[in-house]
Amino acid sequence: MTQPIQQQGHGSRHILQSGESLQVLMIGLGSEIFAIETEMVREIIDPVPVTRVAGARTFLPALINVRGNVIPLADLRLRFGMPRQVATADTRIVVVEIEIGGDAVTFGLMADKVYEVTEISGKNNQPTPRLGLHWRPEFIRFISKWNDEFVIIPDLERILE
Amino acid sequence: MELDPTETFRQEASDLLDSLEAALLDLGQTPQDSDLIDAAFRALHTIKGSGAMFGFDRVAAFTHDFETAFDLIRKGKISAEPDIITVSLAAKDYIRALIDDPDSTDPIIGEAIVEELQALIATGATGGTASPTCAALNEASAVTAADGAGWLIEIAFEPDILRNGTNPLVLLDDLRALGSCRVVAYLDAVPELGALDPETCMIAWTVELQGSCSREDIEDVFMFVRDEMKLGIAPLSLAGPVDAKRPTTVESEAVAVVVTATAAPVNELQPALTERATGERSESIRRSEDKTSTVRVQAERLDELMDRVGELVIAQARLSQLAHSGTDLAIKSIAEEIERLASGLRDSTMGVRMVPMGSLFGRFRRLVHDLSRDLGKPVDFVTVGEDTELDKTMIERLADPLVHLIRNAIDHGIEAPEARAGTTKSTTGRIELAARYVGAQVLVTVQDDGAGLDAARIRAKAEEQGLVAAGAPLSEHEIHQFLFHPGFSTARTISALSGRGVGMDVVKRTIEAMRGTIDLATVPGYGSTVTLRLPLTLAIIEGLLIRVGEGRYIIPLSAVEECVELTAADEARSRGRSFLSIRGDLVPFLRLRDLFEAEGEADPHQKVIITTMGDMRIGLVVDQIIGSHQTVIKSLSKLHADVTMFSGATILGDGSAALILDVAQLVSLGQVRAENSPASEAA
Repeated sequence: MTQPIQQQGHGSRHILQSGESLQVLMIGLGSEIFAIETEMVREIIDPVPVTRVAGARTFLPALINVRGNVIPLADLRLRFGMPRQVATADTRIVVVEIEIGGDAVTFGLMADKVYEVTEISGKNNQPTPRLGLHWRPEFIRFISKWNDEFVIIPDLERILE
Repeated sequence: MELDPTETFRQEASDLLDSLEAALLDLGQTPQDSDLIDAAFRALHTIKGSGAMFGFDRVAAFTHDFETAFDLIRKGKISAEPDIITVSLAAKDYIRALIDDPDSTDPIIGEAIVEELQALIATGATGGTASPTCAALNEASAVTAADGAGWLIEIAFEPDILRNGTNPLVLLDDLRALGSCRVVAYLDAVPELGALDPETCMIAWTVELQGSCSREDIEDVFMFVRDEMKLGIAPLSLAGPVDAKRPTTVESEAVAVVVTATAAPVNELQPALTERATGERSESIRRSEDKTSTVRVQAERLDELMDRVGELVIAQARLSQLAHSGTDLAIKSIAEEIERLASGLRDSTMGVRMVPMGSLFGRFRRLVHDLSRDLGKPVDFVTVGEDTELDKTMIERLADPLVHLIRNAIDHGIEAPEARAGTTKSTTGRIELAARYVGAQVLVTVQDDGAGLDAARIRAKAEEQGLVAAGAPLSEHEIHQFLFHPGFSTARTISALSGRGVGMDVVKRTIEAMRGTIDLATVPGYGSTVTLRLPLTLAIIEGLLIRVGEGRYIIPLSAVEECVELTAADEARSRGRSFLSIRGDLVPFLRLRDLFEAEGEADPHQKVIITTMGDMRIGLVVDQIIGSHQTVIKSLSKLHADVTMFSGATILGDGSAALILDVAQLVSLGQVRAENSPASEAA
């Protein structure tokens, strides 16, 4: 249980080599597609009532109850400067567990759409463009390609810091 | 789960060593308490026995030597002088080291300890340091030994003694080792062969023991089976109906001293009866000492249980809602039954995680004892509120900060006895460690009666280190805050204990990480008090469920003083100044709607909840008071560590999360606003 989490902790800034592949969950956020390592994903749930937290950072606006645990709900759209959107029939919450500063931290991740679990391979790595991205490059681990579309592999640890 | 027997021994030994330490420290206070001596001896004996059983031979061998020496104390040959207690504590530490890490524990230490103990005992036994009571006891034994030709011992075991692993024959052999014995077995109760159960002990014995041993020697033989037998001991010379009032009286007095239960000497002519009575009495003392039985459970299992119960309670709330929306009476009654069961289950599960502070306080007695000896400052260590309960994880995290604070109190706070002699204070310092509930918090205080903080010196040091400009106006409170600065120390000399300036900043960080606060108060010449305010994480709290805008929140009920309506008149009067008049007192209030940036229109009839924290009061304006709600505090995620207005969250009956207001934070926020508002001058 602890082992894979530790590996993630070390490997989260690691860029996939051409021979390697990574199992990921594809989610849609605004107009972009993000890939979250399946190792981090605990479950995917339908939207639940949220509790707004006054005074919290904008991208961590609320709390949700997942099976008796109260966890923060992260909205990465706000962190990436994308507009807030109302929930649709496709909206899901992906429950993710990552390691921050040695502690396992569980949180819910708002997703406008959840596509599928798939593998991305290192040979599809794309250079992170210097221009054309309106968000901070350190939030991105690397960029890959899936179904002819660019996907972003985010560095969740840095995003939430 | 298979348990490693060695691990079981380690755990047991650890408990025994703890009780041994407690007994030794208590013994330092009341050296004559034979119950304590017996408790220490029993702990040693059990460690020796089970150590040998589990192959800890060095433990068994060392404990044997220790026990032999300690036996003299038990027999009253010498009294438990402070030096002996100190060496005994060292011996206890050595046993722990032998159990925890035998390979890196040098046997030389053990030998040195035993030698020192033996040397102390030799001087104690001959040097006349024995107290009058001991002398009397010795005299009493001497009388018996010279007078009595021996003892008549009646032995009757409980029938199931054999199943418990006791071999009566070995005990009889032990008696024979004390002198020549004539043993008579009573076989009356033994049934016919067909009905004979070989595991049931039906035999009773009487033993005529010739020899000059003392009564205690005989009792020692049966030490570990006293609860499971009837034992009668009478001096042989007195067994007959004739003879001597004098030795009987002396004997009874001696017994009374050993048992310490009654001061009045028992002037009975029937020593055997007296003996039975005292035997029963000491047995009842031992019974009352018996702790309630406990089970060790891993903390993770408790967490898991807690989560399951949390889910159950939420599922139950949904069931209740469903049942009440329908018309089926049978389902309604079942739902009510389940509601009752679930809330009971939740309460007991939460109670399981709570640990009394006493388990933590006990550890510091040794610390104080050692420090007080090393520094040559006699200190009385007083603990108050041991039964205040706190979540187990909190207790563990509190240990290190308290060690720092107690160290500081002895090293810096309490003055040397010579310095104290010049004051009105007693030369013995006093440190009080106290815990109590205050509202929704636990207050832990470390108080010393030492010299107090020297504000001028702290200020000089702060100026020297460039923390503050020279001559800047500072309140006393602000000056004290420098003590929490990393690397700050006013100690002129660096000792092994403190003065390096690490400590207070670490203490502060640890306490704040627990969402607690730390405060210093001092009266020069009369000592300082450090106060830790800690939240009761995971505790059951009674909360007041309120609504602000669309959001529902919990206010710890213990912080709530009263609820009043915010009348239109108040509203009108409070324009520009957020003060409310409560029976003549001006109380500042905060509009939670503004604070939480609630959307929508405010309710027409807003309520003010007057909350208190310490001696400060503040009103919180809410839209609606929904009712009371029993709450499990769930701590906020690390990701929300920057959130200050809330101390945690909880789950409501409908399964949604609600935030718990951090009243302490809101009160200080309210005070700051009140001070900055021009209305405070008007007030």
